[in-house]
Amino acid sequence: MVQAQRRLRRPVGTGGGRPRRRVLLTFLLPALALYTVFIVYPLVSAAQYSVYSWSGNRQDGFAGLANFRDLFTKYPLSEQVWRALGHNCLFFIGTMLIQTTLGLTFAVLLHRSRRGKRFLQTAYTLPHLVSPIVVGYLWSLMLNPQFGAINAALRDVGLGSLAQPWRGDPHLALPVSIVVNAWQWIGFPMLLFGAALAGIPDEYEQAARVDGASSWQVFRRVTLPLLTPVLGIVTVLTFIGTFNVLDLIYALQGSHGNPEFSTDVLGLVFYRTAFENSDPNAIGQSCALAVCMFVLIFGVSLAANRVFRRMEERVR
Amino acid sequence: MSSTLMIRKPRAVAPPAGTSRRRSRVGGVASVILLWTYALAALAPLVIMAFNSLRTEQDLANKPLGLPLHPAFQNYAHAWSEGNFSTYFLNSVVITVSSVLLGTGVSVFAAYPLGRYRFRGRGALSSYFLAGLMLPIRLGAVPVFYLVNSLTQALPGVDGRFWLICVYAGSGVPFSVFVLTAFFRQLPMELEEAARIDGAGELRIFARIMVPMVRPALTTVALFQFIPLWNDFFFPLVLLKDDQYTLPTGLTRFFAEFEAAHAQLSAGLVITTIPLVVLFLVATKQIVAGLTAGMTK
Repeated sequence: MVQAQRRLRRPVGTGGGRPRRRVLLTFLLPALALYTVFIVYPLVSAAQYSVYSWSGNRQDGFAGLANFRDLFTKYPLSEQVWRALGHNCLFFIGTMLIQTTLGLTFAVLLHRSRRGKRFLQTAYTLPHLVSPIVVGYLWSLMLNPQFGAINAALRDVGLGSLAQPWRGDPHLALPVSIVVNAWQWIGFPMLLFGAALAGIPDEYEQAARVDGASSWQVFRRVTLPLLTPVLGIVTVLTFIGTFNVLDLIYALQGSHGNPEFSTDVLGLVFYRTAFENSDPNAIGQSCALAVCMFVLIFGVSLAANRVFRRMEERVR
Repeated sequence: MSSTLMIRKPRAVAPPAGTSRRRSRVGGVASVILLWTYALAALAPLVIMAFNSLRTEQDLANKPLGLPLHPAFQNYAHAWSEGNFSTYFLNSVVITVSSVLLGTGVSVFAAYPLGRYRFRGRGALSSYFLAGLMLPIRLGAVPVFYLVNSLTQALPGVDGRFWLICVYAGSGVPFSVFVLTAFFRQLPMELEEAARIDGAGELRIFARIMVPMVRPALTTVALFQFIPLWNDFFFPLVLLKDDQYTLPTGLTRFFAEFEAAHAQLSAGLVITTIPLVVLFLVATKQIVAGLTAGMTK
């Protein structure tokens, strides 16, 4: 601590020249300008735009929270917003169920196995490096009812009756999108769980084993509670990811979340409200939606963080 | 808790032989099968994509699942020329590389004083940069769109791609400044003082001594900007015209135009993905280390 302070203070005395301030400024200025003009200014503007009413790109006057009210009550838009919100929730729940169970299972099994560990880790993580847009299009080809690999494989093993129009059936489209999304991201929770498992001292397990605990009991009573912090991180990151999802659905089901809006999500509603909207107040509505999405994602993430923090404390 | 466990130690030292060992062996085999089956599920779609890109349309239509027995590269040639992938690829490379260089470059300069000097407003500036880590830039998409629109009108000579590079570079600043500041702070003072006694100026110390010493951090930071920018779809879609498209946006055009030509479409997907796979194979260690940073004790 003391050392750190001294380290920071010392150069102020040395060098002794006047140019210091100007040098500092020139060092800081490019990043400051770029960040302020292209990131901060638009973000602040979005918040400001959301409380004005617009005609095209002309600001009409202060509107208070009218744009926000419209989002949830004005007919064509409100229907889309509510439906998309529901889909995002399902998307989050489905992804969590698949990703945490499989990711945790694989992490535990990999932690125990020695052979091929590195290869398997790489294999599981590889889809996560592919662009979501590529994943979406790749699966749209694979799921093609006639020429797709999935139905062809089902037919080849004699399960042709299970072949489905995976992307065209309004009841199947959303679950299928969730599975595709989980396929892409599974490596991420697996790596996180794996790293956390590696950090648990072997003595804990040995001690429990010596006491006669079965391996399931060891996992349930010793390992799992110690993984609570990672579970918290995975939950929050999955929440953020699934509520921001856009590219994957765009590639898989188009900008309207086909069929019949059955895969529509908030990201797509935002895109359409902002850039494919005939309403003169498009700017006001889309910025209000952006602000709502931000508040929702940020608020829930913070709350979830706090809950998990408390759970961690209880474990200790 | 562990102490009570230790006291009762002798009772369970010899587990009931046979059964439990057999069960654990069965479990071991099952887990190996499960692991490799999922590895197949994780890799198969990517392999099928690569295979299909090398087959003819005719072959693919007759037999959706098959090996490229006579590998043909005309799909790539077609995607490259008629599918405009030559343009998309070049756009992607230029935009991503310039954004990463610009974003990392300005961040190194900004992180240096933030990490090495005490001056009024340093804390406020650090928090100002840090705030960007928590804000999704897509939130500002509409204002960015109008900002770039008015900039293009004011400076008609400057391409939309240039403004996209600025947006991308700006978006990388919070993370890069955050990481690099921490690295600069850790460097020992002595080198810098020695150089100063030898009469080196501020800029020289920075360029010759400080920057080379944070090179590992620079690699990480650059890598972490590269992947999301290469994959980004939303901002090119919003800010660029058709002929300025990058690979992800180009793909949407390609898929709309050649809907039925599955082999060519696969070739397009492979072209988009290859650079990242190469990068991953070269830099697996940094990527995995970065993903799990702070996780291990």
